Amino acid sequence: MADVSIRNVTKRFGDTTAVSDLSIDIADGEFIVLLGPTGAGKTTTLRLIAGLEAPDAGRLSIAGRDVTKAPPAARDVAFVFQQYSLYPHLSVYDNLAFPLRSPIRPMAKAAIDAKVRTIAAMLKIEDKLANKATKLSGGQMQRVAIGRALVRDPAIYLMDEPLSSLDAKLRADLRLELKRIQAELGATILYVTHDQTEAMTMASRIGVIDRGRLVQIGTPREIYENPFNAYVAQRLGQPAINLVDAGLFPDLAIPQRTATLGLRTEHVAIARVGGAARGEGRGLVRRVEHLGDQNHIHVELDGTPLVLLADADSDIGAGDRVDVRPERPLFFDREGARL
Amino acid sequence: MAAGISTAHSVVEPSPLVRRIAGAVVILYALITIVPLIWIGLTSLKSPPDSISYPPKILFEPTLEGYCNLFTTRSRQTAEYLQGLPAASGRCEEIARQRSMVVVGASNFVPRFWNSVIIAFGSTFCAVTLGTLAAYGFSRFKVPLKDDLLFFILSTRMMPPIAVAIPIFLMYRELGLSDTKLGMILLYTSVNVSLAVWLLKGFIDEIPREYEEAAMIDGYSRLQAFVKVVLPQATTGIAATAIFCLIFAWNEYAFAVLLTSGTAQTAPPFIPIIIGEGGQDWPAVAAATTLFLIPIVAFTILLRKHLLRGITFGAVRK
Ligand SMILES: Nc1ncnc2c1ncn2[C@@H]1O[C@H](COP(=O)(O)OP(=O)(O)OP(=O)(O)O)[C@@H](O)[C@H]1O
Ligand SMILES: [Mg+2]
Repeated sequence: MADVSIRNVTKRFGDTTAVSDLSIDIADGEFIVLLGPTGAGKTTTLRLIAGLEAPDAGRLSIAGRDVTKAPPAARDVAFVFQQYSLYPHLSVYDNLAFPLRSPIRPMAKAAIDAKVRTIAAMLKIEDKLANKATKLSGGQMQRVAIGRALVRDPAIYLMDEPLSSLDAKLRADLRLELKRIQAELGATILYVTHDQTEAMTMASRIGVIDRGRLVQIGTPREIYENPFNAYVAQRLGQPAINLVDAGLFPDLAIPQRTATLGLRTEHVAIARVGGAARGEGRGLVRRVEHLGDQNHIHVELDGTPLVLLADADSDIGAGDRVDVRPERPLFFDREGARL
Repeated sequence: MAAGISTAHSVVEPSPLVRRIAGAVVILYALITIVPLIWIGLTSLKSPPDSISYPPKILFEPTLEGYCNLFTTRSRQTAEYLQGLPAASGRCEEIARQRSMVVVGASNFVPRFWNSVIIAFGSTFCAVTLGTLAAYGFSRFKVPLKDDLLFFILSTRMMPPIAVAIPIFLMYRELGLSDTKLGMILLYTSVNVSLAVWLLKGFIDEIPREYEEAAMIDGYSRLQAFVKVVLPQATTGIAATAIFCLIFAWNEYAFAVLLTSGTAQTAPPFIPIIIGEGGQDWPAVAAATTLFLIPIVAFTILLRKHLLRGITFGAVRK
């Protein structure tokens, strides 16, 4: 394990700039999650670190060693690919042993065997070792793919959406497992996802990427509570933050130049207006989604739709008139920058 | 499926009727194809008079005369001379005596046959090896003028080979490659390599590069990744390509007639020569043809498992 530093790296494919002037310093033992929409350049960033792509500008160093021009084999990284992770012509055992049999890190047969069995046990695939890699379920394949990286002890693990294409339950299980393994091994991991739950629960720091640029990097809490701009605020939060016109709440004290208000679903007080005052409520409840542990309330406020959060036992229903009062709003200027 | 509940079948599978018709068509085609082969096999076991009798004989007394005539050279002798000889040793000598002849030596068939084996398998090996490497290069690397080069490679197959026969004949004579095995291997390799590049590029394109990339990250060089990851997944394509190349090289006649006459002569130009030696010896020709078929049939059967999937050119590789 070691530090990894990415300095002002740019990568272009023809006209598209996949990664633009990106800098990240990853400390030993950190679990960094890159979050961003599709096409943001997340995979490209990992491929640059692994040496599968050469940067057009910038420098990369791993453990203090400049590896900008080093071939992949010399970089000491492990990669879990977004897809095609297993060698179809090999058994599960041979897939796991493949990285250990590499000619640049000679290892005794017995040591390889021990390592493969330990990792297989850790990922609960011991009974599948003799299977052909193609004769596994999707979830088992993902585990083997992660195992193929974990058998090694590289400077950094690069993982490209390793839990995508799994069902929610398995995903949650593996998420915990991966976090536990990371803590156990003290591993440094750069992890790509567009699943915000994965990002929030596993990351020591989250980096938010937009169109090849790193917009903000910080602890999950910092990113959530203190987003640098409206874009970052939109990346986290389920349902997404409400971005509304600054004039929607005339009573609210807002800083100058505020163009947009950011209202987290849970940062809005909502109260039903009944009886004679019923006509006073500004908000009209359009729809209520019951999720079991909470309710999502879709409110229309002077023609502006808002999604708000209410307790599971709230009795607000469609057609009700409600009062809506922002608490702890975020202020953004015309360009979306935080004020 | 329990009887009486449903007789429906999967939508993607052909219905039983369609299957039966398809089966009948295949069997009919197989019969039409195999009749000449069976006839050749039968003829190889006939005596020369039986082989040209009219109407053709289906039932006859089998003899090894055709095979004996193929493997030996014989000379006709007077009755007195034959009488003075000791008893015939060996089956072929016996058969020869009945025709007032004695065996004087081995024919050229065995060396010609070996020439065919060496040249066909040698050129197939070269074409497939070069083709695999070239296809990998075209598939994975940025090659300047890639499309033009690929078209050029394919275009070498567009003219009939015999159109270049004269230049090649002259060139080979100048270079001392006429009637050499090396010359024939080079020639067949150069003809087959274009086919090999095109077929194999299709197969290698289908192997996701993530596999090699994963191997390279895990500490393997590109060449090691090629050997350990790409080749095993390309075996189907390589086997199919090898069979196509082998069939061409094994059966090639025109260049073989033109460029070989002695030491490097292959079996195809040798077989018709048999006809000329002392009358029309059809059983010997049939025997040669039968033996000539064996290696290619054996090779095809050996690689059959790969072929079934390979012939579809990767369409159903999964
Ligand atoms: N080999 C390539 N050639 C050309 N363009 C590429 C190549 N690889 C990536 N790109 C482009 O670079 C941009 C970033 O791609 P990248 O794969 O890094 O996105 P991503 O963030 O991983 O997206 P996803 O979440 O969908 O996996 C995209 O616009 C993509 O089209
Ligand atoms: Mg990606």
